This record gives sequence, structure tokens and C-alpha cells, in this order.
Amino acid sequence: MSIHAEVDLLRRIPLFASIDTSKLKLLAFTSERLTFASGAVLFREGDRGDSAYLILSGVVSVSVASPKGDVVVASIGSNNIVGEMALLGEMPRTATLTATEPLETLKIKKEQFFQLLRDLPQMTLEIMRELAARLNNANKELAAAHAKLRAAGLE
Amino acid sequence: MATQQTLYNYIWQHSRRDQLTILCIAIAAQPFYFLTLSLPKLIINGPITGNGFEASNATQEFMRFVIAVPSWLATQAGNQWVVFEGVALERLPFLLALSFSFLALVGFNGFLKFLVNTMKGRLGERLLRRLRYELIDRVLRFPPSHVRKIKQAEIASMVKDEVEPLGGFTGDAIVWPVFLAGQALTALTFIVLQNFWLGMVSGTIVVVQAIVIPYLRKPILKLGKLRQFQARELAGRVGEIVDGNADIRVLGTSNWERAEIASRLARIFDIRFELYQRKYFVKSLNNFIAQLTPFVFYAVGGYFVITHQLDVGQLVAVIIAYKDLPGPIKELIDWDLQRQDVEIKYNQVMEQFQPDGMEPPAQASQPGAASNQLEQFELKNVTAVDDAGFVLLDDLELSLPLDKSIAAIGPSGSGKEALGHLFTRQLSLKAGSIKSGQFDLLSLPDIVSGRRFAYAGPETYFFPTDLKQNLLYGLRLATRNVGPGGNAQHLRQMKEAERSGNPPFDSTADWLDYSAFGTTDPNAIRDRIVEILAMVGLENDVFQFGLQSRLDPQTNTAATDRIVEARQELHRRLEQPELSPLVERFDEQAYNRNASIAENILFGASSDPLLQPHNLPGLPHFQRIVAEEGLEQHLVMMGLSIAETMLELFHELPDDHPFFDEFSFIPSNELATFQQIMKRAKSSSLTYADRAMLSVLPLRYVEARHRLGLVTPEIRERLLAARRTFAQTLPAGLKSRISFYNEDAFNASASLQDNILLGRVSYGVAQAQDRVNALIREILDQLDVRDLVIEAGLAFHSGAGGKRLTTGQRQKLGLARAVIKEPDFLVVNGALANLDDQQKTQIVDRVLRHRKGRATLWILTKDDLASRFDRTLTFEHGRLVSDIGNSDMHEAAQ
Repeated sequence: MSIHAEVDLLRRIPLFASIDTSKLKLLAFTSERLTFASGAVLFREGDRGDSAYLILSGVVSVSVASPKGDVVVASIGSNNIVGEMALLGEMPRTATLTATEPLETLKIKKEQFFQLLRDLPQMTLEIMRELAARLNNANKELAAAHAKLRAAGLE
Repeated sequence: MATQQTLYNYIWQHSRRDQLTILCIAIAAQPFYFLTLSLPKLIINGPITGNGFEASNATQEFMRFVIAVPSWLATQAGNQWVVFEGVALERLPFLLALSFSFLALVGFNGFLKFLVNTMKGRLGERLLRRLRYELIDRVLRFPPSHVRKIKQAEIASMVKDEVEPLGGFTGDAIVWPVFLAGQALTALTFIVLQNFWLGMVSGTIVVVQAIVIPYLRKPILKLGKLRQFQARELAGRVGEIVDGNADIRVLGTSNWERAEIASRLARIFDIRFELYQRKYFVKSLNNFIAQLTPFVFYAVGGYFVITHQLDVGQLVAVIIAYKDLPGPIKELIDWDLQRQDVEIKYNQVMEQFQPDGMEPPAQASQPGAASNQLEQFELKNVTAVDDAGFVLLDDLELSLPLDKSIAAIGPSGSGKEALGHLFTRQLSLKAGSIKSGQFDLLSLPDIVSGRRFAYAGPETYFFPTDLKQNLLYGLRLATRNVGPGGNAQHLRQMKEAERSGNPPFDSTADWLDYSAFGTTDPNAIRDRIVEILAMVGLENDVFQFGLQSRLDPQTNTAATDRIVEARQELHRRLEQPELSPLVERFDEQAYNRNASIAENILFGASSDPLLQPHNLPGLPHFQRIVAEEGLEQHLVMMGLSIAETMLELFHELPDDHPFFDEFSFIPSNELATFQQIMKRAKSSSLTYADRAMLSVLPLRYVEARHRLGLVTPEIRERLLAARRTFAQTLPAGLKSRISFYNEDAFNASASLQDNILLGRVSYGVAQAQDRVNALIREILDQLDVRDLVIEAGLAFHSGAGGKRLTTGQRQKLGLARAVIKEPDFLVVNGALANLDDQQKTQIVDRVLRHRKGRATLWILTKDDLASRFDRTLTFEHGRLVSDIGNSDMHEAAQ
């Protein structure tokens, strides 16, 4: 796949929808195209985060460790960015990501990611929007969990 | 030397005998010198003017030696004692005899001078050697507080440059003034004997010269001192600018530094200029005075000759004698100047090298002391302060047994770091004591501390040598002297060292203290090194260094075969479908998408800078191939395509954007040029220079990495053809300098890794590099060549101050250097601060396992590892607030 095809793919991702083609091309050019075989691990929970991945094609499963072994909590498909939390928060990876089918990604290193945020304020806004949505989701789930616990008479 | 010695004391103390020998020779030389002066008179007055040869066959006694005898001893023969009757010679033979005597005397005098000069030189060098050694010995004994204050460049400049004139002066310190004064006196006496008044005149002028000139030179001396001072400060500042270069640039203060340096240089200029002015004034005055005397001789002496009060021979002799008079006088004055100058320098340097609280001079190796065992450390009422008087540790009571691992925790600055620092003995105690049995920690001889304990801190200094030397540096403890069984060369060196007050150490001997290994077998030691490297998590790094290095096939013939074997094994394994995408092998018949266009054409490795891929455009052979294979147009077209993309991607970025360095084919300062080129390309009027610039761009292009889709099948074929022609038509001169890739042969110019891979790790395959590395390791293990790679990795040069290593690697190496000493007491003080938690935990666990049953004091940067130790000390505000054993903690937790 040439860089032009990658740019076409990038444009379909909501996060990058509003960004110039030349900037997307720069992003594609400065990032590493990585393919993962099915079953390969992108990163593990607790690792130090040094890069985010843009999924160009394929699906990854998100799993977290629990006393009963790893539990898959989500699946993420193409046109999504994963692993950016570790870059933004300077914390270890919060989950393990495994390719469940052959995976094509664009690996964005930490330095490039921050450089991108500096150069592209629109993208920063998009990320904030995304984070707010996730926080909102988490709050809702927390409230639901509380309600469940209360209903079970545990609190 | 507690009190400061004067320079003359120092010189006298250390070179008395030599000085006296030289002095004797110098004095003994004087009569001969006198003879060379009087011979010309005898020659002119005797055979030349014919005095005493009035008769046609008259003779004179040659070398008649008569001593006047006092009248009360006089015999019948008269009041003369004829020692040697002499040889009767006629006028011409007499002339020749005298002339040859003159020649012989001149030669003999020259020989004496040569003798004296060599002896003086040797004497000076010995003293200089002694002084330099003493100064550096003092640096090694400086109290830590002083070390923190001094500037290394200034110290270096003092030891290297400022004491240098002292060496030259030493030889002249005593002998030279005596010699010169003797010479001057002889010449003066001679003149007086010829004619009293001429003697008086020249004597007076000499005295005036000797008074006026030194007086005028006083200010010059002062200026010289000032200049010295400024120059030393300049050296210090230059050192600061070099050391602080990175910070100066980051902070953007380079102009301030320029201003500061410029004003310093201006000051030095002013001083030097004034110095010159005064110096040359004095010089010309001196010259004038020197020329004044001959004037007197010509005028007054001439008058005497005309009035027959003096004969011509005498006048000529006086003039010749006088020629030798201002010389010694001038040199005497110079000497005096030099003496003052050197004394000032000596005093200045000595002041700098005599701080308070210096450690006692190094003890000679005492075999007994080293075998002394440590006992448990008892800290009593220890209060430690830093240079500013801030209390770091407050009234600490602690005993540290030698068989337990102890963690020190607490917030940073709580005193835990100071506890570690105590053991470097770099911290001054305000009160209290630290004892280990009979020893006081602070006065423990180096020989004991060096063997019995080790310290690893967050910053470790590494010497600019290879990893192995740095790792084993802490074991260079076995003092080796030049053995009495050594050869003549050795013995001479030893004698000379003794004469200069240097120790008889032999730095070429093996100083390693093998007792830490318990063996001297090099293989066992390498295994131990590997074990320690693995312990601190550095083995992989060293392995990688080894893979990146080249192997000399001359010294490692067996090894190169093994490497080729490893290559074949790797290639066999890469045939498995799940592994094959990891590496793209070099294939003579195929284009390598993971290598650059230049690499594809070159298809070989070379250690010659001219034959590196990025330098190909400058190689005439390459230019010819490009033209012959019709590649030029293709390269230009690819160049246009790359330039277009680069302009699109980078034209909006600021010039100093980090992406330029890392990603752009075109540096930011050339973007505008390429913009012009693109404009001309649209109107299809590219100049020759444009085409040249464009055709260079694609050489760095790697299809798999840059993904611009430039290498079409047609271009691929052309590049392959170019590769073949490049190799086939290579000029003979280049043939020996490049090794083409060959499936079956070891490539001496390529790194071990390239040799094993004989290909490129694929871009775009996840973790390809890691997986290939793991594969290589496995194969090398299997073939038993891992040691070889480790050995090559240990030869990796660490760079000045270890700058070629990352901070993490430096910290690991620092820890390894301490652990490998196998000390009774190991102190680790924040030595792993830059590593991530996972690595930190693993290293702590491995080191503690290794040191089970021996004392390890670990100052932790993160408290959560404390449970792995036998005992935990918690510090707050310089005080020990809790001291609990690990088992107690478990109990407390339950």
C-alpha cells in the first residue's frame, strides 16, 4: 500500500476528518506502517507506552488482567486510534491489545504524536472531544454499577 | 609537605647532588675559558706581528709553564719554578701550534658546555616530572569539598603548562648564575689586566646595566603575572563553555558567552600589548648600552694605541673579551627575571594545590592491610552537613551488620541519600563517628576501602575506553611494581622513576585483583562478566554492541566460519512461513525493497568513507555507471517526485521543526532551492545543476520505508543492471576496499549483525527487529559463538565520560562495576533512577539474590521495593524515623 492509499484511509477516521490532505500525508509519512499477524500482541498491560496505533484494517481485542485470568473487555475495528491514553497520561498501558485477525496499523510514536498535537489544534480538539465522551461513558457505567450494587443491597 | 616550601628549597632538596656536580664542571671550565680569551693576543702579538721572532731562525718555547715562587723559597735558579720547559718552535710552526691550541680549546669548551647543558636538561626534566607527579598525587588526595570548587581546565593548565618553565629553570637555578657570573668576571678581569681604564669603563657600564634594566623590568614581571592569571581563567572559562555547551544552546545564551569571552580576550590583549611595549623598550635600551662600550673601546682604546700606551693585540683582545661580556650580563639579568617569574608561578601553583584537609600521602602497598576484614559498621551520633552547612543527617545512631540487605527509604532529601554518600567518604562529618571494628571509616586506607566496599551512585564517571576496561576498572587494585627481574629497559625506567620521586609502579602490568573472581582463567572471568551483565540487565545491550561491531578475520578465522554457519542457519529458519516476512535477504538477482537505492547498487560493505552509500554521488565510478546504464533520467524523475512530496509535506513547517532532521530528504535551508527547481521542471528547462541535485535525492530512498511507490519494475531492472556493472567494471584501486555481499563468505567490512542477516530487517512487520534479534541470539547460543559476540561488545568504546551509552546503560554499568568487585559492603545510592519500574524490580531482585548473606545498603528511589530487603530504614528530615526488620513488617502487616 502506498502512502496515497494510507492518506485515503486516514481521511475516513473521524479524528482526522477535518485535517488537510498534506498534513495527513505528513502524518502517514512520519509514521511507521506495521502489520501484525493474527494473535500478535500490540502491547501489554503495564508496559510503558511509547506509541499509539491507528488501525487501518483488521480488529484488535482489548483485555485486562483479572484474578481469573485475562478478560476481553472490547473489540476495536479499523479507523480507530488505540493506545493514545498512555501517551497523554504518561502512565503504563491499562490493557493488553491483541490482533484477532491480520492487522494493518500506522504506529505513531510519542514524539510525533505530541508534535502533531502542537501542529494541529483541530486534532487536539478532536482528542478532547473523544476523551470527554469516554469520561461521560465511564461515569454512566459507574452510576449503573452503583445502582446495581445498591439494588443488590451491598452498599 | 604541610608548610609551603620556597622554590629554592624544593630545588635544593631534590637536586642537590646533580647541582653540585654541574657546578664543579662549570667552575673547572673557567680556566680553559680564560685561555681561549688570551690565546688570540698571543697569536697576534707573537707569530703574526713577529715579536720575539726578530732573528730569521729565532724560536720561542711553546707551552712553557712557569710558576712564580715566593722569594723566601727561591733557589739558585731564580724565583721561578719551571714546571715544563716547553718546546722550541720557529715562527710559522709556533703560529700553527697556537692556532691549533685555540681550536682545541674552543672544541673542549664546547664539549663542556654540551655536558653541562645535557646534565641541566636532565636535572630539569627530573624535577619537572617529580613536581607534576606530586601535583597529580595531590589532586588524588584533595578533600571532596575542594574538588567540588576547582575547575578541571584550570588544574589541567597548571599541571601541564604553568609548571613547564619550572623544569627549564631548575637546571639553571644554581649553576647558570654561577657560570655566567664567572664568565663575566673572567672577561672583566681579563680586560682590567690589559688596560685598567678600559676595564673600569666596561665595569661601570655593566653595573649601570645591571641596575637599570632590572628596575625597568619590574612592571613587566607584574604584567606577566596578571597575564598568567587571566590565561588560566580563560582556560577555565573555555572548559565551562565546552562542558555547558548543550545548556548554553538550549538557554540561548551563546551571545552572552561570546560577549564574556570577547571582553576577557580584550583584557588579555591589553595586558599583552603593554607587555610588548615595555619589553621592547627595555630590549632596545639594553642593546644601546651594549653598543655604547665598543664605542668607548674604539675611541679611547684607539687613542691609547695611537699614543702607544696599548698595543693593537691588546685592543683586539679587549674587544673580543668585551664581546663576551654583555652576553653573560644580559643573560644574568634575564635569568634573574626568569627566577622571579618562576618563583611566582611556583608559589601560585602551590597555593592552589594545598587545600586544608588533604588526605595523607598514599600508603605503599601493605599486604597486611588489604586482608583486614571489615566488621559491622557502627554509626554513633553522626551529624553530616553539606558545603553550605545544611544539615543532611542529624544525630544518626545505627549499626549496619555485614550479612544483611538493608533498604533506605524516605522522601528525596530526607537524609537517605546522605547515608549513602557517607560511604563514598565524600561527606564531611560535623559530629559523631563511623567505625568498623578498629577502623574509622573516614581514615580507612584506600587499599582497604577499595577491596572491602563498593559504591554505585546515580552518576558514574566512565573513562574513554572500552566497556570491559570500564567494568573492571574498580578491580585495578593489585599494585604492581616494576619487578627486579625485569629487563634492562625496565630497570632503567625504575631507576629514573626513583630519581624523580615517582613510584616504581608498572602501569603496563596486569593490575586486576583476581581475588574477586577467585580464578585467573580468562574464560571463567568472561562468564562472570556475562553473569554480572545479565544481573544488571546490560547483557542484551552488550550483545547488540557486539553485533554492531566488525570482526577482524585475520585474528578470528575460526569465528568467521561460525558466523557464516550462523547465517546459513538463520536463513534456513527464515524459510518457515511465519518467520519469512521478518527479513529480506540480500539476493544478487533481486532488488531489496528494505534497502536504499544506493545500497542496492553498491551491494556490499566497505570501511572506506568514500564507499559508503551516502557518499556514492561523489564517486567517479558511480557517476560513470549511472550515465552508462541510462539511470540518470530515472533518478532525476524519482528526484522530482520526492522533491514534490517533500515540498508538499514540509513547506509549511518552521525551519527548525524536528521532522526535518528525521524525515525530510531535503534540509529546511534547501527547500527554497528545490521550489525553484520544481518551477523550472514545469517549464521543462532543468539546468545541469538542477538535474545533479535531483538525482542525488532518490539514493536514500527505501521503498518499504518511505512508501512513495517510486521503484517500478522497469527501474528495478535498471538498478539491478547497474549493480552488476558497478561490480564488474570496478577499478582495481577500489576492488580491495569493498567486499560485495556473498552468500557463502564472511564479509570483513560488514558488522556481525549484517554478516549474520545478510539482508535487511523488514520495515512494517511488527516487532521484526526484536524477533530477529531473539532468533540471532538463539542461533549464536546454539553454535556456541555468543561469547565471541559478547567479547566484541565489551570492546565497544564508551566515549568520553561514557557519552556513547544511554543514561540507563551508564547507570547499569555503574552498578555492574560495583557489584563485580564482590565487596563485603555494597552501597547502591539511587543508581537505577532512570530505569522503569519493571527493570528496577528485576535488577534489585537479581542483585539481592547474588549478594545473599553479604551486606547491601540500597538507597531506594521508590519505597515499594523495600519489602525485598532484610531491613528497612526510613528517613525524614535528616533523621532516622523507623528501623524495622522485614519479618517485623510482615507481622505488622498481618
